[in-house]
Amino acid sequence: MALLQIAEPGQSAAPHQHKLAAGIDLGTTNSLVATVRSGEAKTLVNRQGRDMVPSVVRYTADGVVVGDAALAAAVDDAQNTIVSVKRLMGKGYSETTALKQQVPYQLVDQQGLVAINTAQGVKNPVEVSAEILATLANTASETLGGELNGVVITVPAYFDDAQRQATKDAAKLAGLNVLRLLNEPTAAALAYGLDSGQEGVIAVYDLGGGTFDISILRLRRGVFEVLATGGDSALGGDDFDHAIVAYLQQQTGQANLSHQQMRQYLTTARQLKEQLTEQDSVDFTLPLSDGVYNGSLRRAELEQLISPLVKQTIRACRQVLRDAGLSADDIVKVVMVGGSTRVPLVRQQVAAFFATEPLTSIDPDKVVAIGAAIQANVLVGNKAEGDTLLLDVIPLSLGLETMGGLVEKIIPRNTVIPVARAQEFTTFKDGQTAMALHVVQGERELVDDCRSLARFELRGIPPMPAGGAHIRVTFQVDADGLLSVTAQEKSTGVQANIQVKPSYGLTDDQVATMLKGSMQYARQDMQLRLLREQQVEAERVLEAVSQALKADAALLSEGELDSIQQALAALQQVKQGDDTAAIKAAIEHTNQLTDDFAARRMDQSIRRALKGHNVDEV
Amino acid sequence: MNYFQLFNLPAQFDLDLTELGSRYLKLQKQFHPDQHSSGSERDKLLAVQQTANINDAYHSLKQPLLRAEHLLALRGLKISNEQRSFTDPMFLMQQMELREQLSEVAQSDDPDAMIDSIERELQQQKKQLLKQLASALDAQTAEQDQLAADLIRKLKFFFKLQQELELIEQQLQD
Repeated sequence: MALLQIAEPGQSAAPHQHKLAAGIDLGTTNSLVATVRSGEAKTLVNRQGRDMVPSVVRYTADGVVVGDAALAAAVDDAQNTIVSVKRLMGKGYSETTALKQQVPYQLVDQQGLVAINTAQGVKNPVEVSAEILATLANTASETLGGELNGVVITVPAYFDDAQRQATKDAAKLAGLNVLRLLNEPTAAALAYGLDSGQEGVIAVYDLGGGTFDISILRLRRGVFEVLATGGDSALGGDDFDHAIVAYLQQQTGQANLSHQQMRQYLTTARQLKEQLTEQDSVDFTLPLSDGVYNGSLRRAELEQLISPLVKQTIRACRQVLRDAGLSADDIVKVVMVGGSTRVPLVRQQVAAFFATEPLTSIDPDKVVAIGAAIQANVLVGNKAEGDTLLLDVIPLSLGLETMGGLVEKIIPRNTVIPVARAQEFTTFKDGQTAMALHVVQGERELVDDCRSLARFELRGIPPMPAGGAHIRVTFQVDADGLLSVTAQEKSTGVQANIQVKPSYGLTDDQVATMLKGSMQYARQDMQLRLLREQQVEAERVLEAVSQALKADAALLSEGELDSIQQALAALQQVKQGDDTAAIKAAIEHTNQLTDDFAARRMDQSIRRALKGHNVDEV
Repeated sequence: MNYFQLFNLPAQFDLDLTELGSRYLKLQKQFHPDQHSSGSERDKLLAVQQTANINDAYHSLKQPLLRAEHLLALRGLKISNEQRSFTDPMFLMQQMELREQLSEVAQSDDPDAMIDSIERELQQQKKQLLKQLASALDAQTAEQDQLAADLIRKLKFFFKLQQELELIEQQLQD
């Protein structure tokens, strides 16, 4: 069909209909969901009254628990309690050797991908993340009183194709319609409204529980561009706590702590850290083998303890600025993200380094989810203003393996997406009918130093003499930064089949199988869902075509108009029924009939968009 | 695809970049997939393709060399991706000299001064060639188009040198 619903700026295509949308911050330690209500973006609380849900999933013999309840079992049932699953997203088994020592659960090899052995069998990171997403979406639907029309999910700016794809697969598995994957730093900047009016370079300093990310964004004429990202994936607020625990141990003389004592010390450490953001000195009590230890910690002492860690983050800031080819005084705004940025020393050091007072008015734990909610509200069509335009760039270059293990870059990093680039290949043997391509992502010259994304096999090339077949391969990256590939033999127009083997991801078939096997969707549910999906798509098509006809029926001949209207009537009728295949066929039929119409409308709307600009004036 | 037509701008080398930028954003606002994220699957796919085209067109018109190449391609002279050896002894000699200078920067007593002087030289040469390119393209004759193609090839050398110079400068800073 391909009828773009072309809305004039300032008016939405389908007014009067408030749609339910949410922004989800799927974090390493905690996750949140937020939505815009009455014009204000707010995080949503679950039945326990909490908006921060620990990103922890526990698999027991009788079911799955997510969040606080799962976290409570993290010590006693560590093997079945998956924490920090985000670190495993889109990773191969062989890439996670370092993590194996750190996580208490058992990592296994699932056809090259990393997965986890649990009481419910082998679970891969996509399935685990889907549980977290489903829990958050559930909170949102319960609060908003209806099923979500769409969500925006945030991902770190440095996430590569495999990690983004894994996130999107998890959403699919959770039954969510992803409007967009949004970079976390971009979301934080959106929460502060930096997209309107602000021009210049922005730094987003994100110190979470277990990770530190620093991103440099450039904002120019509504284009958000990630200039550079850096940080330390093994540095966070938890390290502050451990530094305080070590100090407390020194004070109490308790060198070895039992599990229970350790938890007590950690709780005390966190309380001290939090209270010292307001107070100059805090008293504490810790039990000893005989009696109790009474002590106090002053803010200056705390700062001495954590100072080396904060310095480490500042070093990373310096490095990332160098990568971006900028200096600290080029930064016009600094956005603070993550609970640990509440620590006064962190704020001071960041302010001193960038020579500007950082933005802290929005809760740093919630700022990413809030930004995601704002964008979700726009994307779902609730906000009609045409002013927000978020142009993203591809974070890492895409390239192809060439002779000798070298990389030929096809789409360089920081290219504005969506983007499509075509490359031509030719056969080197007589009668060659297949060809293999290896796509990698990264900035280095050698294939081995880049991340392998996928291997493509082109089949069905018509047999010709060597060099006779010219295959045009098109690499397309969508607005989420996800790659798709198509290929065509030029002289014959034969479309080559592409078999995608993601290096560190699931094939579409695997996702479909997981979907079917998922506990959440018993067989009947699954069929119902497929039917519902087609019905929703049919509604969208009907809506789009009717709008298009209303606006531009003049572009059609009488005969064309007639047959389109017949197709619409047929689609409308079959939509009411429960024959999924028939609905699908009716959609496709309508699509085919309206292809030409869509192209004509597209041309016309481009001309209209630029109307009023007289060529002679230029 | 005629990129000039897409932006409704005259097909000429001398282009108002501010105007190009504002038309680009106007088109983006209308076609970006974000504007169609609740549309049908085909809407979304079409939006991705259309925006990719717009991005590509903008990218090509924004940069003088790509713009010149596109202009020549529209006139039937395709030079992108060509594999052609270059035979202008004078020019090649000059390039070799510049390359030699580049390789001496790191060992020089005053690398910054040397970088500055090479930078000035490159800028001057580029400016001159771009001026010649503009007038060659304006002439719109087959002969001048050939000359323009040659000028583009030469300019490519200079842009490459410029990149290498920036790389050297960065390495020195580290």
